[in-house]
Amino acid sequence: MLAKRIIPCLDVLNGQVVKGVQFKNHKVVGDIIELASRYAQAGADELVFYDIGASVNNKLISNDWVSKVSQSIDIPFCVAGGINSVKAARERLAAGADKISINSPAIHRPELINELTDSFGKQCVVIGIDSFQEEDQHRVKSFTGDPNKTKETGITTSEWVEEVTSRGAGEIVLNCMNKDGVKTGYDIDQLSSIREICTVPLIASGGAGTIQHFIDVFNKANVDGALAASVFHKSLINIHNLKQELSNSSIEVRL
Amino acid sequence: MKVVIVDTGVANISSVKFAFERLSISPLVSSNAELIQQADRVVIPGVGSAPHAMKMLRQKGLVSVLKVLKQPVLGICLGMQLLYETLEEGGLHVEGLGVLKGKVTLLNTETSPSPHMGWNKLSFNKSDGLLNGIREGSYVYFVHSFAAAISNYTLAKTSYGTDFSSIVKKNNIYGCQFHPERSSKVGATILENFMKIKK
Repeated sequence: MLAKRIIPCLDVLNGQVVKGVQFKNHKVVGDIIELASRYAQAGADELVFYDIGASVNNKLISNDWVSKVSQSIDIPFCVAGGINSVKAARERLAAGADKISINSPAIHRPELINELTDSFGKQCVVIGIDSFQEEDQHRVKSFTGDPNKTKETGITTSEWVEEVTSRGAGEIVLNCMNKDGVKTGYDIDQLSSIREICTVPLIASGGAGTIQHFIDVFNKANVDGALAASVFHKSLINIHNLKQELSNSSIEVRL
Repeated sequence: MKVVIVDTGVANISSVKFAFERLSISPLVSSNAELIQQADRVVIPGVGSAPHAMKMLRQKGLVSVLKVLKQPVLGICLGMQLLYETLEEGGLHVEGLGVLKGKVTLLNTETSPSPHMGWNKLSFNKSDGLLNGIREGSYVYFVHSFAAAISNYTLAKTSYGTDFSSIVKKNNIYGCQFHPERSSKVGATILENFMKIKK
């Protein structure tokens, strides 16, 4: 049986790993290679690196650290941030990234998803979605890396999930923005409703605070993986203990 | 020992190269026919689309070279699929290298999300040196939509909606549907075992 994935997310800003609350007030939490190696050894199933400054500052992430990460770890990792062309994606994959994740550039030009899928196969094309709840609607926001540049797209999250999967996305990371960094649990309701319509692997993001939150998101929203940052960066949750607890709750994990 | 990773152009070659480097082996990445023929080990890596990859191998004149290799060969993911006669992708029938009989088709994942992405278990079909030190039920990392059915070549199988071949072997030719370069210690052991296979 396919194991549920635990995915530490490392937000990268100016070449260092940072973490903010609800996408603001970023603090440096550590060195990329050091954290990546530590998580891989601790039993993380995959890593995601978001260069949160790249998309808003219209610059591409450097390939140096992508290669260094690829050399140091023996688990898969995904790279995100400002990848807005097939060429840029090819450079990341050539540097050793296993997958690339696209967010704002896909909203700006959805055809990019088709182009990436045609060039590299759908299995390495991940779409990151920043979903914000206002009243009873979930809508997609873009350029969330900088609060001054964040844009409303007007698209509902479910419409966008259907469009990106029809264009060939291989996986979706759904970041529930209202829950980001506040540690009150994943947005089970939203993730469950997206799970219903999402035919590709779905990764939950935003809200992890306790081991029970992980148990709940796998049991109740049936996601394929759970992404988290601060609980791992601040050592509030040990990955090995987390996976042992998931296993004790009859959730299939790689121990 | 000389290891050559075939430069298929579309593949995620660096991560395969780095995996060998972590084992203190320095592989050469090349599409040079002579270097490939002279290598002690040949690795055919791959992510991406089959039509693209075969077109690349044809353009580089490597199809006839790869078909007759006598040293141990390891195809990884798409590289394993290319070993088969036919690859069915997006309504197309792509002609593969034909080293292994049969075809690669869309994996029927039943009600599970597709592609098959993540860590899944190996279940052994036959014993082989490639599996030395690997426990039955070990997890390895998969990322694929297409797969080869169980056959005489199957050393290990995996289940995701349907059972499929996760490790195959025919004489000197090996294929892994998963990514040993991204499968933690289990993957590293498989690559080490591949290096120890007798010619």
